[in-house]
Amino acid sequence: MKKRKKLEIYIHIPFCVRKCNYCDFLSFSAKEELQEQYTAALEKEINCFFSSDDFLQGNYKISSVFIGGGTPSLLKAEHITRLLALLPPGAEEITIEANPGTLDEKKLSEYRRAGINRISLGVQSVHPEELKLLGRIHSWEQAQDSFRMARKAGFQNISLDLMSGLPGQSVRVWQDTLTEAAALAPEHISAYSLILEEGTPFFSFYGSNPQKLPSEEETSAMYEMTGDFLSGYGYRQYEISNYAKPGYECLHNLGYWERTEYIGFGLGAASLLQETRFQNTDSMKEYLAILEAPEEQVLPKLHRNRELLDRKSRMEETMFLGLRCRKGVSADRFYHTFGQKMTEIYGDVISRYCSLGYLEWEQGRLRLTKKALLVSNVIMQEFLLD
Amino acid sequence: MAAIDQSKIRNFCIIAHIDHGKSTLADRIIEKTGLLTSREMQAQVLDNMELERERGITIKAQTVRLVYKAEDGEEYIFNLIDTPGHVDFNYEVSRSLAACEGAILIVDAAQGIEAQTLANCYLALDHDLEIMPVINKIDLPSAEPERVKNEIEDVIGLEAQDAPLISAKQGTNIEEVLEAIVKKLPAPSGDPNAPLKALIFDSLYDSYKGVIVFCRIFDGSVRKGTPVRMMATNAQVDVVEVGIFGAGQFIPCEELTAGMVGYITASLKNVKDTQVGDTITNAETPCNEPLAGYKKVNPMVYCGLYPADGAKYPDLRDALEKLQLNDASLQFEAETSIALGFGFRCGFLGLLHLEIIQERLEREYGLDLITTAPGVVYRVFKTDGTMLEITNPSNLPTPSEIEHMEEPIVSAEIMVTTEFVGAIMTLCQERRGVYLGMEYIESTRALLKYDLPLNEIIYDFFDALKSRSRGYASFDYEMKGYVPSSLVRLDILVNREEVDALSFIVHADTAYERGRKMCEKLKEEIPRQLFEIPIQAAVGGKVIARETVKALRKDVLAKCYGGDISRKKKLLEKQKEGKKRMRQVGNVEIPQKAFMSVLKLDED
Repeated sequence: MKKRKKLEIYIHIPFCVRKCNYCDFLSFSAKEELQEQYTAALEKEINCFFSSDDFLQGNYKISSVFIGGGTPSLLKAEHITRLLALLPPGAEEITIEANPGTLDEKKLSEYRRAGINRISLGVQSVHPEELKLLGRIHSWEQAQDSFRMARKAGFQNISLDLMSGLPGQSVRVWQDTLTEAAALAPEHISAYSLILEEGTPFFSFYGSNPQKLPSEEETSAMYEMTGDFLSGYGYRQYEISNYAKPGYECLHNLGYWERTEYIGFGLGAASLLQETRFQNTDSMKEYLAILEAPEEQVLPKLHRNRELLDRKSRMEETMFLGLRCRKGVSADRFYHTFGQKMTEIYGDVISRYCSLGYLEWEQGRLRLTKKALLVSNVIMQEFLLD
Repeated sequence: MAAIDQSKIRNFCIIAHIDHGKSTLADRIIEKTGLLTSREMQAQVLDNMELERERGITIKAQTVRLVYKAEDGEEYIFNLIDTPGHVDFNYEVSRSLAACEGAILIVDAAQGIEAQTLANCYLALDHDLEIMPVINKIDLPSAEPERVKNEIEDVIGLEAQDAPLISAKQGTNIEEVLEAIVKKLPAPSGDPNAPLKALIFDSLYDSYKGVIVFCRIFDGSVRKGTPVRMMATNAQVDVVEVGIFGAGQFIPCEELTAGMVGYITASLKNVKDTQVGDTITNAETPCNEPLAGYKKVNPMVYCGLYPADGAKYPDLRDALEKLQLNDASLQFEAETSIALGFGFRCGFLGLLHLEIIQERLEREYGLDLITTAPGVVYRVFKTDGTMLEITNPSNLPTPSEIEHMEEPIVSAEIMVTTEFVGAIMTLCQERRGVYLGMEYIESTRALLKYDLPLNEIIYDFFDALKSRSRGYASFDYEMKGYVPSSLVRLDILVNREEVDALSFIVHADTAYERGRKMCEKLKEEIPRQLFEIPIQAAVGGKVIARETVKALRKDVLAKCYGGDISRKKKLLEKQKEGKKRMRQVGNVEIPQKAFMSVLKLDED
């Protein structure tokens, strides 16, 4: 039997109770009727994908599923169940993103029955004033409750999302959030630095009042202490913003950095398939229109920005995505993939940044040094070829 | 075609202060003489270069021949020779004037006489032109034609009581101007049978015809086949075509005779052979002596021009060569800079000329340029007795080899309302000006006279003048000569490496101030990098100012949401694109903008 390639599945649920002040992801608040319609459209898209690409059955195996948002936990559990039932079986990791305040025991046990084995909780902070500033709808107490409920429902792989660099935050305040989060003993912690995204309330306010945000020195210090601090609790940094207990790294995310193929379903979802990147429409109207479309037209109507990656782009991606992971990029794998040595293509950049102490070799893999993690963009951009 | 009766020819130009309505009146005259219908008129027919239209000034002299049927029933030929309206092009103005017998002096009915009104008027009087004043903009509510008439009589000493009162914009009283041209301006009076003597007042390169020489025939005649010689450059050729100027077109004719204005072509490949001001004569039967007034124009302002993309160096050379075909006063020679690579040291008549060339290179030739700080020509007298002319600060000998240095100065005339006299005197003081005197034009306006070092006025003097007088000051200058001066080279070190393209020559007294400002400006312009970057200003190896660009500590740690890798890549690409527009000096990336920022040190 031939070896089957890994395929990851992403499902986007663009609904939120309210939009957070820093968020520029695709999301809406929505009535039940729209949620129903959207789920129906998703079902149609998923069905079309798996029936039209008959080659798929023989060539791919599903390695992970990630239901992201928005707030996927806002959907009725039965919707999630219906969607997961359409997917080919065999995924090792099935994650759903959830926000405290949208979960209950019933929902959680239904998730379990549907096959979900990992839950990612959007906690962000333990401080009420920070949560309020961010525009979150939940309290830290609710987040703790949700966590315990999930444990009770049988989830043995839970991740918490936390956010640093918030207005008024100091290293000390951030340490509180880390401490309390770690005390819950989740298997995985994502800790992102706040980014001012254009078009968000945060951007319009703090963009012109940067003095209200912690200084660069302060946010650097927050970032640097995060890894050290969490290692004390048994977490290992395996990616720029992600920390996990051994064996609990998020397979789905690692797949993105290793260029595993993935198909995205839903509004605005991105895909990498057969060395082509494309994205679904981000217009809800256009997305729902597939409900009326004949089956053979569904996917062509949805897919946008199709870009076939040439050899050069694939090399660039291999490097700048791979370098996000702490284990780095394997020189052997690079050679096997491209038939040229990594040092032949990137010799200058590698030796320059190795000598400056921003890149290092570790067991045949090129990786960012610890100090490079903070300035990763500067180094990654050097791997774009002319 | 029979020789034209000279008494029916009027050769004239229009002189005015900037914005007093020169081009608009020219348009009206063209319109009223019926050569073009109103519909065909572009807004301003004479200014036909795109850039001229945008800046509202005339860069290259343009000329048009018109036919006017006067009240006396006779047809007159008007040759209207347009003149450039900026002090950078003073010599060109003087040659255009030399081609005329008369000049129309336009004075704004609201503003009255300004610095350039006077300067141009004196220039016209120097050439013995008959000057005919015209008061324009009488439609303005603030117009005071009677006051302005008196001003013209008192200040310039011209009879102005019957000056036509017009509005060129609205077309009021233009006929009066046309009749006055016939009646008041003299006809030419050359000898058509004497040896050919013609003045070159402009030239233009055309890819089909070669150089088209604009000339005024003083004596004799020229036709196809006439062997001619340029008396200063000694270029000798046979004439291929002669003709006259339609509006925006060349109309060939059989012969140009004494008194006429027209063009000749002769398969000349380069405008260098046809210097403005040179005399054309018949190579076989030459005239005794050339017309007076020719001089070789020398650039006054120099700067380095470098392609932002080093690979575009040959393109830049081609573009400069093409521009030079039409512009004999543009000079360039190859130079190299450690920071900027291969480029050219270019010489210009003034800062406006520099800006025009730079814009044309960018706009018409699609080049992205880095310009180094403009400087003037310094004279360096060395201890070994030799003298060097320095246009590039990098070529300055070491201090021990320099006996003394000299810098060019200009005599400047600044017209300003009395309330701003103090502010302008302070400005001139700051710019090392030497006060020569002040005259009151009326009780409310004064003419200030200063000697100013050229290098103090080439950056932003004009802007400073305008801002400190709320736009009311006007300014004119001419080269005076060289004076000894205490000058030093200010070097800029970025991360302890000297950046040659940022060096410039300043007066010793202002070195500290400029050095400090340079460091501050560069600190703003140079993005933070992975290490700390000291920026230092030094004179003769001694550091006089310092700033530090702190090391980059942390950049944006974006979440790659839902596998949207394209977005991440675009971000990196954007960053890399920004980096491409930077120059590597040692380990440091310096944005191209930083090299130009030194031009704007006095903004605040």
